[in-house]
Amino acid sequence: MGPTIAEFFPPVVLFAGTPFELNRVMLIRIITTLVIVLLFWLGTRRMTLVPSRGQSLVEIGLNFVRVGIAEDLLGKKDGRRFLPLLTTFFFMILAMNLTGTVPLMNIAGTSVIGVPLLLAAIAYVTWIYAGLKKHPGTFLRNALFPPGVPWVLYIIVTPIEILSTFIVRPVTHTLRLLMNMIVGHLLLVLFFLATQFFFFEAPGLFKLFGVGTLAFGFVFTLFELLVATLQAYVFTILTAVYLQLALADEH
Amino acid sequence: MLPALVVAAAATENPLIPAIPDLVWATVCFLILLFFFWKKILPAVQKNLDARAEAIEGGIRKAELAQAEAAANLEKYTEQLAEARAEAAKIRETARQDGTRILNELKEQATVEAARVTANALAQIEAERKSALISLRAEVGSLAIDLASGVLGESLSDDKRAANLVDRFLADLEASEAKK
Repeated sequence: MGPTIAEFFPPVVLFAGTPFELNRVMLIRIITTLVIVLLFWLGTRRMTLVPSRGQSLVEIGLNFVRVGIAEDLLGKKDGRRFLPLLTTFFFMILAMNLTGTVPLMNIAGTSVIGVPLLLAAIAYVTWIYAGLKKHPGTFLRNALFPPGVPWVLYIIVTPIEILSTFIVRPVTHTLRLLMNMIVGHLLLVLFFLATQFFFFEAPGLFKLFGVGTLAFGFVFTLFELLVATLQAYVFTILTAVYLQLALADEH
Repeated sequence: MLPALVVAAAATENPLIPAIPDLVWATVCFLILLFFFWKKILPAVQKNLDARAEAIEGGIRKAELAQAEAAANLEKYTEQLAEARAEAAKIRETARQDGTRILNELKEQATVEAARVTANALAQIEAERKSALISLRAEVGSLAIDLASGVLGESLSDDKRAANLVDRFLADLEASEAKK
């Protein structure tokens, strides 16, 4: 039997029937959150001007988001304003993506829609709020009726803008992350289940196929590490890009 | 109502429809991390970054100050050195001029002295020559007169008398010399 979507809905282990119902994936998210807190707390416990090794690592990670994403796209002032949000997004998604390849966890905390949907919704609310606050009168008008377009074309342009900016954007923001994690997990499960099958149940020389599927499983595990990092980066940088578009002076 | 919803979501197992506990735990994790980064980690890191930038800038400023001071000192020393050189050259020049002047004066003095000595010697010689001339002239005169009177007083034909005359004259001459 191959992997099904039921992979992502494991049995409830605690608080059954309440809104705080816990299953494996929720437990993994909580553990991941605690690990992030622990690592960053340890890394910044005794900050010195000349950093120790642990502090250097933490600084490199935080600098990556601060310089590479926030300040690069939003500039120093707005970059610093939205830095807490972007930093949280990046490290939360990165850590919860990586649990998909961590032995004994083996499932990404982001492979169930709650986290991608919540974060995309927060990004959505944030960039609309930022745009409305920066350009109170003109933000929505410029977004829906781009200036410099003949008014007749608004019949076509405005529905497209509504669809692409306010509907497709948050949906793709959510699904890009979710689907990457779901598919990655299913692929790994498939390869390792097949390996199990070929080694222990297949007759005769069919057992050799197990070597191939195991090798593929290993290669795709490495690939998942790449995808985990890349998707965390993509999700965070897209959030920054949406904010940048909302804050831009000319629309 | 809520449990029913949860059960329904779990039962259909549609990965695109979030279950309530899914959203609840996502929110809890997000809020914990957001406040952790926002209130604790990022301010601490920012403070440290500022302190580091301050330290580096302070170091750079200090180095710049030291360099400026060193440059000023160098300029001052160079100036002093140039002044000292100029002064030494001036002193040397003065000394050389003084030396030349003194030498010239000495030479002049020597020349004057030599001229004076020469003039003295010449004057003395001239005076002695004159006095010699005068005395000679007087003596020659008297001698001539003596000789003439002797010649006139005696006969000059007799050799014996002439010889006597001359002998007498010479004896007189010697006597007059001795008397003198």
